[in-house]
Amino acid sequence: MAANEFSAEFTDVSVHENVPVEGNIRISVPLAGEDEDMSTLDEPVKETFMRDLKAVGKKFVHVLYPKNNDELLRDWDLWGPLILCVFLAMMLQGKNADSASHGIPQFAEVFVTVWFGAIVVTFNSHLLGGTISFFQSLCVLGYCVMPLSVALLLCHVTLLGKGSLPLAMFIVRFICVALAFAWATFASTTFLGSSQPPNRKALAVYPIFLFYFVISWMIITNVT
Amino acid sequence: MADPRGHPNGDWTSYRDPTAQSPHFGSSSIVDMENMDDTSGSSFEDIAEAPGGTTALGDVNGDERRAGKTGQDDAVEEDEEFLGIKGLKGQLGKQVAGQVWEAGRQQAARAFSLYANIDLLRPYFDVETVQVRKRLLESFVPQRNMKVPQKLPRELYGPLMLVFTMVAILLQGMKTSGTIVSQGTLMGTAIGTCFGYWLGVSSLMYFLSYICNSKITMVQMLSMLGYGMFGPCLVLFITYNIHLHSLFYVLWLLGGGLPTLRMVCALSSRTTGQRQRLVLCCTLASLHLLFLLYLHFAYHRVIEELLVTLEEQPAIIPRQQRELVPPAVATSPASLRIATMSLIRSSPIIL
Repeated sequence: MAANEFSAEFTDVSVHENVPVEGNIRISVPLAGEDEDMSTLDEPVKETFMRDLKAVGKKFVHVLYPKNNDELLRDWDLWGPLILCVFLAMMLQGKNADSASHGIPQFAEVFVTVWFGAIVVTFNSHLLGGTISFFQSLCVLGYCVMPLSVALLLCHVTLLGKGSLPLAMFIVRFICVALAFAWATFASTTFLGSSQPPNRKALAVYPIFLFYFVISWMIITNVT
Repeated sequence: MADPRGHPNGDWTSYRDPTAQSPHFGSSSIVDMENMDDTSGSSFEDIAEAPGGTTALGDVNGDERRAGKTGQDDAVEEDEEFLGIKGLKGQLGKQVAGQVWEAGRQQAARAFSLYANIDLLRPYFDVETVQVRKRLLESFVPQRNMKVPQKLPRELYGPLMLVFTMVAILLQGMKTSGTIVSQGTLMGTAIGTCFGYWLGVSSLMYFLSYICNSKITMVQMLSMLGYGMFGPCLVLFITYNIHLHSLFYVLWLLGGGLPTLRMVCALSSRTTGQRQRLVLCCTLASLHLLFLLYLHFAYHRVIEELLVTLEEQPAIIPRQQRELVPPAVATSPASLRIATMSLIRSSPIIL
């Protein structure tokens, strides 16, 4: 009796029966042309690399000649900001073992300052009522660091003439960095300005000004 | 009472602890119905097909055979056998894992939207340029009417930007004075000092206000103290570039004293009771004024000492900078001072 009860319970658990599967499985097969446009997985790596490199290069040109166009915002990417940030951090890094004790920034300090600063500025413009997204803003702020990177390169070039007219060289460096700072601020406000409400433009521009000021300060004081 | 499907072990009424070590290396006599894999057919059949066949319960030979194997392999095989043939990889296992994942994901999304939503701060940034300018200028104007609670803004844009401005000014001042930070970085020190003061003193004052029964919220306190930093920002910006002690003291009284007076009046208007007002006002005034003194002297003293040294002994200049200073400049103290000042500004190392 007990075994029968047991077996009755177990037969309720359908193990052998073939349960018919009902339903509609429809897989949407994309058209051949659509598939080629959307999928870039099959293309050679060189093609992908060159395409991305061209996009980054085009954006650098837009920053050099800032006009109010949407391309920087529409096709945003973070490759350019990463390249510039790593370049800045590597060039500003102290070479001595005990450089940390003398206030020369280390790689991590510059890296964190640039990215954290960009994030704070982005949040600020978002909270003030800006209409662009988080990553678009990060993209613009990152790309607009380019004039400062160029100024950093020029500062290192002036150091090649060691010993001759240090005061004059310092003034040249100062002017280079000041111009680059003004250029960076102007470029970023050109791209980001239209996304802010008109009565709050100054409120959105000021943190950008502070951000590039701190980067300029790091360049001026640490290129020796 | 044999199993109708012909279970090899036969007896269903005997119960064995499934967690006990099974003497049968290739079969288990307890079938865990919860983990039965429906798609793989009967687990009974799978058991019957297990390598090595089956033996009767309590087989001593089986124990001896098992003892010869490595313990780890046995444990893994036993676990898989116990949970069902496919174990966690089975259909039911996948379903359970999927449900757990979905529940966890929904909970995380809910928590994120509740706490990490930056739009929670949006009301505190709802301010116009004109309003910010007006509040900055009004921070120097104390309002003496303490009978009616004074209106305090609930805004965080102005205070936050002022704190960042102070960070920038401090950095510039630290570099000018050649401050050497042995542990940590200049950036970290500046940010820590400014934000630590703003958040720390606001929290302390809010706590004291709570004790003294003052009608003020935390955001209002943050806002009031933030705008009160505008004066010190101006004072530090001027005095880091023009090094005159008498100028600093005058600016300290005006640029530090007036915003302090305004904050003190605002706080007093929202507090009843003489003793409570005294406690709050003295604490706030002393902290605010001493902070400005500290910021000036902590990063100013070094350059003062250098100038004094240069005036006394003009020929002595640091070795690292000796090569950089042309010989014609090194002769007169005044030109030496100018050259050294410019070198200090461009070099983080003094001595």
